[in-house]
Amino acid sequence: TMAFTKASKDQKYDRQLRLWGDHGQEELENAHVCLINSTASGTEILKNLVLPGIGAFTIVDGHKVSGEDSCLSNSYCDLLLDNDPEFFHRFTLVIGVQLPESTCLRLGSVLWNANIPFLVCRTYGLVGYMRLVVKEHTVIESHPDNALEDLRLDQPFAELKNHIQSYDLEGMGKKDHSHTPWIIIVAKYLEKWFSTFYKKEAFKQLIRQGILKSEKGTPEDEENFEEAIKNVNTALNPTKISSGVDDIFNGEQCNDITSQTPTFWVMTRAVREFVHNDGGGNLPVRGSIPDMIADSEKFITLQNIYREKAMQDASVVSKHVESLLQSVGKVCETLFCSKNAAFLRVVRCRSLAEEYSVETVNKDAITSCMDSADGEMVLYLMLRSVDRFYQQHSRYPGVYNYQVEEDISKLKLCVNSLLQEYSLNVNVKDDYIHEFCRYGASEPHTVASFLGGSAAQEAIKIITRQFVPFNNTFIYNAMSQTTATFQL
Amino acid sequence: MLSHPINWLPAESKACMNLLLFSLFREKKRRRVVELTEKMVVDGGSRDGGEWDGRWNHINTFLERPGPFTHPDFEPSTESLQFLLDTCKILVIGAGGLGCELLKDLALSGFRHIHVVDMDTIDVSNLNRQFLFRLKDVGRPKADIAADFINGRIPGCNVVPHFKKIQDFDESFYRQFHIIVCGLDSIIARRWMNGMLLSLLVYEDGVLDPSSIIPLIDGGTEGFKGNARVIFPGMTACIDCTLELYPPQINFPMCTIASMPRLPEHCVEYVRMLLWPKEKPFGDGVGLDADDPEHIQWVYQKSQERAAEFSITGVTYRLTQGVVKRIIPAVASTNAVIAAACATEVFKIASSAYIPLNNYMVFNDVDGLYTYTFEAERKENCSSCSQVPQDLHFSPSAKLQEVVDYLTENASLQMKSPAITATLEGKNKTLYLQTVASIEQRTRPNLSKSLKELGLLDGQELAVADVTTPQTLLFKLSFTS
Repeated sequence: TMAFTKASKDQKYDRQLRLWGDHGQEELENAHVCLINSTASGTEILKNLVLPGIGAFTIVDGHKVSGEDSCLSNSYCDLLLDNDPEFFHRFTLVIGVQLPESTCLRLGSVLWNANIPFLVCRTYGLVGYMRLVVKEHTVIESHPDNALEDLRLDQPFAELKNHIQSYDLEGMGKKDHSHTPWIIIVAKYLEKWFSTFYKKEAFKQLIRQGILKSEKGTPEDEENFEEAIKNVNTALNPTKISSGVDDIFNGEQCNDITSQTPTFWVMTRAVREFVHNDGGGNLPVRGSIPDMIADSEKFITLQNIYREKAMQDASVVSKHVESLLQSVGKVCETLFCSKNAAFLRVVRCRSLAEEYSVETVNKDAITSCMDSADGEMVLYLMLRSVDRFYQQHSRYPGVYNYQVEEDISKLKLCVNSLLQEYSLNVNVKDDYIHEFCRYGASEPHTVASFLGGSAAQEAIKIITRQFVPFNNTFIYNAMSQTTATFQL
Repeated sequence: MLSHPINWLPAESKACMNLLLFSLFREKKRRRVVELTEKMVVDGGSRDGGEWDGRWNHINTFLERPGPFTHPDFEPSTESLQFLLDTCKILVIGAGGLGCELLKDLALSGFRHIHVVDMDTIDVSNLNRQFLFRLKDVGRPKADIAADFINGRIPGCNVVPHFKKIQDFDESFYRQFHIIVCGLDSIIARRWMNGMLLSLLVYEDGVLDPSSIIPLIDGGTEGFKGNARVIFPGMTACIDCTLELYPPQINFPMCTIASMPRLPEHCVEYVRMLLWPKEKPFGDGVGLDADDPEHIQWVYQKSQERAAEFSITGVTYRLTQGVVKRIIPAVASTNAVIAAACATEVFKIASSAYIPLNNYMVFNDVDGLYTYTFEAERKENCSSCSQVPQDLHFSPSAKLQEVVDYLTENASLQMKSPAITATLEGKNKTLYLQTVASIEQRTRPNLSKSLKELGLLDGQELAVADVTTPQTLLFKLSFTS
């Protein structure tokens, strides 16, 4: 193996460092992943983890590789579960590929109790399946795609207010007028607008009237004013905490801080303290503003107003973190950064035991999704049914050509017994039963590869704690090139 | 709500699919499978002989067995595999993030006659995802190394590399392929490919000859987002039908760069566009080489100075490089997903086992995994595939410059450097051409002349050539009062 220097690693990983940063890369390089079964799907997942630099991986491979990599037994994994289940405790994440149901559930139970994330993957004909099993996965850096800005125009903090007041739009020269940031413009016009019920169109007109006019009376070309008008819609959104973050604040772990409490919850509790005691009901100021037409000085000055406020708020939060940790006899190690406060996420998956138990099966989700009889839910039920078939016949349906026809009726019995056992009043079309016999438990490479990419990225999310993993069942239908996510 | 798969294709295309299937199978030849003695090193195991028992079982399942969701005219056959192995010819455009994955997926799915075109050489930053390449390959042509790797690992597979631009080939090259799949990183190249396949279409008495259609499967990725689409030229939406789906490139206004920088990016662009030409730091006539670390270092330092002048923070080496090279973040996983989806479509079309994607899938795994599959519609007056000459509405007193501006700025056209010719007094006259310096100089005065002055008449046809299309596009001049 090549020993890479930091510089050459920066080069090699440049394109992904721009997504998850050096700290994310470090998490990846410190991780140790366990892959069970290096079938086509397994090796694809592994490739997509090795390429971005996963620290270490262990393959538990229990079967002979035949001509088509059919999965005949998982005896090695079962052996470990029998004799040394703690073998799995060393891993950051366990990925199980093409596991028979019994092995999967046993392993699931071991990993659930040990609090180790478990990602179940399978390729079955033209269907891909993933199941994430993790008790609680917290995310500080979720990197949302289209987040709204945090401009506080409805409740400007003191420094922002003073800064806005320092502008005199009417008294300005033309050049300054045309290069005033739109945030200032909207703020100024809000001061003139006394009604509490905003009619956005009327407000936009008010701003438009503020555009300078030439001697002839025609409006000048003031792009900053056009920007202000365009941004009225979002700029007037009231500052508030999202329900998602609110839920996190109300979580149990937020209330009882002990010496065992993970960093995420200490931070979150500290933010909550800030909201109630220092922020007037608001989160710490995020500190970023979008680019806008303005001269450099005006923009930078305005940007710094927000940045400095964000830093001030962050240090208040950090003080709360310090005192919380002190109260349980610990020392503070990480600094708090304001910019993620609005985007905290917590993912909690139900265990496999809960999904499979008759008492706790998610009947509602299954039944309502089956309203669309050709959606992805039927594929989930078929996967459960072929597992049942495997339990009864020690093989999957339709592996050999001569079996396809005769297995259809046998598989149908499995489908019916499954629906009966869980009291699922749904109809599974015969076409799907036929199709799943046709598949013969094959693992076509393009489907395995799709799953390989999907699974690897979910694994990376778990390891780096950046971006948000799915919750908790993902189905890929290669026939229609559609996917669905269910919470089962 | 998803209806039954058979209803996803419009009636005409179902009929065309029949003919396509028929013409593909007509070319099947029977050939004895050649016995090979090389070892297969795909999973780390080794085998004796070339074809081994069960090698293509996972593919035969879909070719030999009937099923309820197959294409209505699919006929299970033990010979279909031979078509895939021996006859079907696939062209892969691009041997980068998508291309490497595509070649692997196709080779493992039984395709053996594959050509790959890529004009690039391997860079270290490719190695986090373009897995057919190793550190020792840096600097070598991507197409060559990719072909070597696949041919060496997959017995029987014959990938033919072309270290060339797609524009280096003409229709005689493209015509030989059954299916073309693109893993490009440029919209211009996509549009060119699109135009090339449209130019191959044959119409007899206004009716499209289905055997002249070469399906185009196009994949694109950017960070954690990607898309895969299936195009049947002349039948389904083409690249230009949906040009608005591609987000416009971000170009900062000159006045911002020159005198009012606010972001670290503005500072870098200032150095790249204004300071470098002025200071010529590495000598006269030495242009900025984005791949030269010394050049980037110079840009980085000057950008920091510029930023300091305006109290702007955030200029880093990584940011500088990103701006100069227009870097798009990339990871292995997204490329694997999109390429796999594309390869599945290649298989479906080549085997007629299933109805292909109709016709556009979008993928995003920033938050969970999200896909959206829809049918992109053909644009009635698409400048590329509609066969309807585009109208240009201008006053006779409008300057030619206005026409050029329209061709470049219009969202559906987005041309880069259009060359305009017209037939005047029986002769073909170049009104303006930008890409050849001498002609540009000669025709530049025309830009400030009015259309009337140039002798153009109402209803006149203008022929426009551009890098975005291999064919000349015809426009009809329609004078407004």
